Amino acid sequence: MWMKNSLSRFVRKHWVGYLMLLPFVIFFVVFMVLPVAVAVCLSFTDYNMFQEMHLVGANNYKLLFLDDRIFLTALGNTFLFAVIVGPVGYLFSFFAAWVLNQLKFRNGFALAFYAPSITSGVAMSVVWTYFFSPDSYGLINNLLLETGIIDTPVLWTQDPTYILPVIIVVSIWMSMGTGFLVFLAGLQNVDKGYYEAAAIDGIQSRYQELKLITLPMMKPQLLFGAITAVTNAFGVFDVAVSIAGFPSPNYAGHTIVAHLYDYAFVRFQMGYASAIATVLFVITFVIGRIIMRALSPKDE
Amino acid sequence: MIKLRFRERDGYVRTVRLSGARMLVYLVLLALVVFISLPLIYLICTAFKPLNELYVFPPQFFVREPTMKNFSDLVLSLSSSSVPFLRYVFNSLFITVLTVGGTVIVSTLGAYSMVKHRPPGSKFLFNLVIATLMFSRYVTQIPRYLVVNSMGLVDSYAALILPNLAVAYNFFLIKQFVEQFPNDLIEAARIDGAGEFRTYWSIVMPSLAPAWSTLMVFSFVSSWNDYFSPLIYLSDQAKKTLPLALNTISGGSSSIGRAGAISAATMLMTIPTVIVFTIMQKKVMETMIYSGIKG
Repeated sequence: MWMKNSLSRFVRKHWVGYLMLLPFVIFFVVFMVLPVAVAVCLSFTDYNMFQEMHLVGANNYKLLFLDDRIFLTALGNTFLFAVIVGPVGYLFSFFAAWVLNQLKFRNGFALAFYAPSITSGVAMSVVWTYFFSPDSYGLINNLLLETGIIDTPVLWTQDPTYILPVIIVVSIWMSMGTGFLVFLAGLQNVDKGYYEAAAIDGIQSRYQELKLITLPMMKPQLLFGAITAVTNAFGVFDVAVSIAGFPSPNYAGHTIVAHLYDYAFVRFQMGYASAIATVLFVITFVIGRIIMRALSPKDE
Repeated sequence: MIKLRFRERDGYVRTVRLSGARMLVYLVLLALVVFISLPLIYLICTAFKPLNELYVFPPQFFVREPTMKNFSDLVLSLSSSSVPFLRYVFNSLFITVLTVGGTVIVSTLGAYSMVKHRPPGSKFLFNLVIATLMFSRYVTQIPRYLVVNSMGLVDSYAALILPNLAVAYNFFLIKQFVEQFPNDLIEAARIDGAGEFRTYWSIVMPSLAPAWSTLMVFSFVSSWNDYFSPLIYLSDQAKKTLPLALNTISGGSSSIGRAGAISAATMLMTIPTVIVFTIMQKKVMETMIYSGIKG
């Protein structure tokens, strides 16, 4: 009797909540959770789409870290890339959003900053091949030759020394998008009353206002921006391939996802590819957790 | 010190004084905008370049004698195929509009319930969302294909729409915004006797305009530019979307001979996203004017 009572109370209290969540849960479980779970399971097999599948335990992971030198190169490249592009893109887009928000003509400025990430990365490769073309036809080589800074064209997209820097520059150019827009929306979301109250309470400068009101109020957006920055930075692939080719010379532009793509869609070794994906997942998950701890509101 | 005069919406003329420091900020921003826009300006210029200007040495950044030939080439090569160009436009629009609308409803409803109702299990669900947020989309494509296939959805519009309704990214974004939404307003609506769905629709949604406008832009851009999923899910030529169509016509991005046509195609593809961005951005900014205390 008591059980029945509390059950009906539970249903009465929460049914609306569950009903509202239901559409999301259905689609999310079917198209996200299920595939991810399958992928993790596959990482312990030798599934290759053609032959019968066997369980191989942690063998894929052992191969990955002990025998696969190209993977270690990819790991190093990806970390170097992420350490530079993540923070630079993040800080830059926040600063741009914060400054823009206080100016006239914000819509025009905002479009200019956001436009690069609207374009499709693959399509923009037309432009990059022109800018960084390794002969004197390339815009940048042409400019440097003409001003006498260099004597012979730099092999931007072929010389292993320059491949990663070029990828980094292009990625920073494209990285403004997501974070910038979320920060801008977040700044709109801060209750304007706080600024008035702060002005009465004697806040002196824009910097103080930023530190004491804007940043604490924007923690949710800052967190979102940080998580996407980490995921995007570690997921670098399209830009790297469209600039340096696939595979890139001496694997100088090889990234974790490029390695994954190689095994999944070129060699069809799905088990091994899933292991790479799982490693990538663990890396971003750990970093994401650290960031969440630092930026989460107190009650989380 | 410079004085600028603006006519406000209500008809008043307002004078804005620009201090030296502020002007410096504008100048620096302007320089930055020019720098950021260079690749796009080049893209637009190339779209209008005649063939001889595409391969001139030394390379030219700007176009000298603009021509529409690249565009007419593009449309001509499209009209010769069995599927009319407008059909691709319709496919892209249809899929994108349904995806954007669906994801906004699904994400806002779910996030609102999770933050304000907190039914048991929400925290677990949210942790799952965070976890999948960090899983590379390339490897989930394989098992996802198996799921879509077993539902018999391959080669249908649904294969491109349904998997993109509950995106962890979108949900996370909206949830972050709902958390900032004051509980008082919801309480007030409840006391006034508004039902749950009414509260959501007429109290919460209007205030979340900056959030879902942002989400609409993201969703539109990713759905509109999506090349990978139509590639693996669609085989019927009449169902294909613009990115696929344009890619077939330009013969892959590596064919140098068609740089002009590719630029024209890229430009045409980018225009709708710019329009959507402009409209939505205005909406984000309007909510600020609405709350109207400070600029």
